[in-house]
Amino acid sequence: MTQLKQIRVQLEVLRYNPDTDTEAHFQHYDLTCPEEWVVLDALNKVKADIDPTLNFRWSCHMAVCGSCGMMINGEPKLSCHSFVRDYEGTVIRVEPLAHFPIERDLVTAPDDFMEKLKRVKPYIIRKDKKPISEGEYKQTPAQLMKFRQYSMCINCMLCYAACPEYGLTPDFIGPAALTMAHRYNQDSRDCGRAERQEVVATHEGVWECTFVGACSEVCPAHVDPASALQQMKITSSIDWIVEHLIPGGKSAGDTVSREKAGDIK
Amino acid sequence: MSRNPLVRPVPPTSWFFRHPRYLRYMSREITCIFIGAYCVLLVVGLQRLAAGPVAWESFLLGLRSADSIVFHILALAAAVYHAATWFNATHKAMPVQIGEDFVPPNVISGAHYVVWVVLSVAVLFLAGVF
Repeated sequence: MTQLKQIRVQLEVLRYNPDTDTEAHFQHYDLTCPEEWVVLDALNKVKADIDPTLNFRWSCHMAVCGSCGMMINGEPKLSCHSFVRDYEGTVIRVEPLAHFPIERDLVTAPDDFMEKLKRVKPYIIRKDKKPISEGEYKQTPAQLMKFRQYSMCINCMLCYAACPEYGLTPDFIGPAALTMAHRYNQDSRDCGRAERQEVVATHEGVWECTFVGACSEVCPAHVDPASALQQMKITSSIDWIVEHLIPGGKSAGDTVSREKAGDIK
Repeated sequence: MSRNPLVRPVPPTSWFFRHPRYLRYMSREITCIFIGAYCVLLVVGLQRLAAGPVAWESFLLGLRSADSIVFHILALAAAVYHAATWFNATHKAMPVQIGEDFVPPNVISGAHYVVWVVLSVAVLFLAGVF
């Protein structure tokens, strides 16, 4: 078996102990590991061989679970998706995801995101539920493609760490949760857009977004949250025009309900 | 173990130095100042025109000054950059789906550039440049 090439890896990891610290500080770790390793492997080696007190989250090690998001040299990345060889000869600075409270070391508190995700009702809402005996709700491939990319979100929160609007205005619902709203709004089986508009079409919703576009640049699942938000701005604007500028125009919620009921085409 | 989460605030006036992509964003946004200033200049021009021939000639003389020419060059550069950044992003806001496929982004952006050129030529034609 071929021996893997070993390289020197220098990690500078942000440490914070909530029981003893008032500020976070960097701790340096020096190790040698195969160049095929990712930053998460290096952290695991540190925890196993050098410093068992180091805390970080991870699970799948294959960029699917979204647990190991960290700031690596200032960039939000999945640590299982960041090869140490790409940083050879430099110090790799590892910090917890930006814009989230640090629970301990590299572990952040995702409570705010989870709460916001719930608020956008990220599930199919039906007006008329049919019994299972009547079969599934069918969908054409074209209808699926309308929202498919948005369904690839793994809730890793890298987009929140990249979004300066979320960092500056923590009330912002944020990229991933709003993208989830769009994903279900675009789903031909869903009837819940009017309900989601109460969260989406607000100052905390899409109108807080100034289209920096960083969310889409850092997404490891190649979702394009910036596109979802801009599209929702357009539909929300049309709602506003219908409600305020067209004589007899109903509110967004009414309009959507009437559309779904077949009153207006 | 107790919960005592540490919040690291974002510096409100210097956050955009943290990453080149934020500087690119700010450069796009700052172009608005020139575009806004040019709009003000147009409104002033209209006001001068309404004030009579003497006021209008004085306004035109002011436009020929070196400062005015520098401002116009900067405003034009800002407007071109501003327009290009938005045209390049149009496919995100207005994706076009045909069947199962989406029209490629460069086609949507390209269509905007074509319309831009056509309208610019039309405006120049109406202004008597050709």
